[in-house]
Amino acid sequence: MRKCLYVRYKGSENAAIEEKGEKMAEEKFDVIIVGGGITGCVAAYLTAQAGLEVLVVERAEGAGQKAVTGGRMYGHAMEKVFPGFGEEAPVERKIVREKISVLSEDKAFTVEYDDDDMRRPEMASYSILRANLDPWLTEKAEEAGAMFIHGIRVDRILQDENGKACGVLAGEEEMYADCILLADGVNSLLAQQLGLKKELTPKQVAVGVKEVIYFGEEEINKRFGVKDGEGIANLFMGDVTNGAVGGGFIYTNKDSLSVGIVETIEEIGYGGVAPRDMLERLKQHPSVRDLLTGGQIQEYSAHLVTEGGYDMIPQLYADGVLVAGDAAALVMNLGFTIRGMDCCTESARLAAETIIEAKEKGDFSKAALSLYEKKLNDSFVFTDMKHFRKMPAFIDNHRIFEQYPGMIDEMMRGLFLVDGSKPEKFTKTAMGAVKKVGIFKILGDVRKGMGAL
Amino acid sequence: MAMTIEDKLGLNRFNVDSTPHIQIDGEYADQTLKERLVMACPAKLYRLREDNTVEFSYEGCLECGTCRVLTGGRIVKSWDHPMGGMGVAFKKG
Repeated sequence: MRKCLYVRYKGSENAAIEEKGEKMAEEKFDVIIVGGGITGCVAAYLTAQAGLEVLVVERAEGAGQKAVTGGRMYGHAMEKVFPGFGEEAPVERKIVREKISVLSEDKAFTVEYDDDDMRRPEMASYSILRANLDPWLTEKAEEAGAMFIHGIRVDRILQDENGKACGVLAGEEEMYADCILLADGVNSLLAQQLGLKKELTPKQVAVGVKEVIYFGEEEINKRFGVKDGEGIANLFMGDVTNGAVGGGFIYTNKDSLSVGIVETIEEIGYGGVAPRDMLERLKQHPSVRDLLTGGQIQEYSAHLVTEGGYDMIPQLYADGVLVAGDAAALVMNLGFTIRGMDCCTESARLAAETIIEAKEKGDFSKAALSLYEKKLNDSFVFTDMKHFRKMPAFIDNHRIFEQYPGMIDEMMRGLFLVDGSKPEKFTKTAMGAVKKVGIFKILGDVRKGMGAL
Repeated sequence: MAMTIEDKLGLNRFNVDSTPHIQIDGEYADQTLKERLVMACPAKLYRLREDNTVEFSYEGCLECGTCRVLTGGRIVKSWDHPMGGMGVAFKKG
């Protein structure tokens, strides 16, 4: 196996790689993967396992240090790559209870769903923290023979005289390969440089802001009524964003909570609450604040998430290059939540298959790599993204975030509150709440909503 | 009492580079866009000065990219990832 020793010069203007032994500049890899997140690691693991020479270049000093997730990964795609993933990987908790809360200023209406099937590996989802998961994935890929360099930013993709991608430029270092896989995340400036992807627009992207708050494992079990290894997901809509398109979330980690909000960038300013303040608004809502008493904030983070769905998928391949994961916007907007990491995993697997086949044929041309898109098209990634294609347009509707939560909570108030005065018939309370919004508007939205699901 | 953003950022680890990875045009005229930018940054790194120009500091940047996407080339003139190993280093993620 190839040995590559290198020294990093932290903080220098030209973060350079100095080698002992073989000079990397003279080597050629089968594939260079830009980005050592979920997509990069899975693709590295599979291509290295197939015997390819693989280099992963990651800008973070250590695995996972630049990665942020809201908090939940559906496990099915990982189970295909790493059978027994849910048992072996450092996930936080298996999500066994789903809650969706509709908030108005001081009220909350929560739907709760329990399903024993959530415990089955092929249907399970897990709360995760990337600083725990990514090092495990990196180790798996390294064991399979992939080489990683951390702390190096790729500045440019090198192309030969015919425009075929043939390497990467990092500082003054050039590294060469038959094929480049861009797995450099949502802010993939490299895919933009190559003209595969346009700049993200405020309508297509949301910002997530999150805190990880420590409570201790026992305390999480107690507060959320769960046992070791199991946990809940609670999604919020309504008051959190003050009417803007977005929502909130709480995921139980092993000994902490991930508490956060998401707001579409175009919406920033609408409702007058800054995303960073929406997080406080969620934490201080009467239905949430007591759950959080006494917790210690461990980390504050922010990250973009694409939510434009199928219609914003960029060009996924060109001569000598593939784009996968967040860089390829393979994230789907389900309306109440956003699902991305299983799509990233699957796209990495399919990109790896494509690269392995290209290597066998010795053909990394655009035509050969177009196989990747065919594979995606036959996979759950495109199938599901097409299924939810209309969702972004459906949720781009302020009634959903501004009026419906109040309407629902008002109906519930009529049902549950008793103060000794003469009760109003539920139908009357309900109709009163409905009329405030407008019955035809509601019927229209219901019809569109059913169509988008 | 809620923690301030500055306090929250104080919980994170940053390897601050000597040069900023984001360049801005603080004189840009669109007042609404300036106000939205100030609101948008999760790390609260953009501020309006008294003369209505935008002030920005890159230390404490969470590298999310919101400012770049929001302004689409206005105010935020260039945006890059910090140099390798520089910037925020998440311990939880």
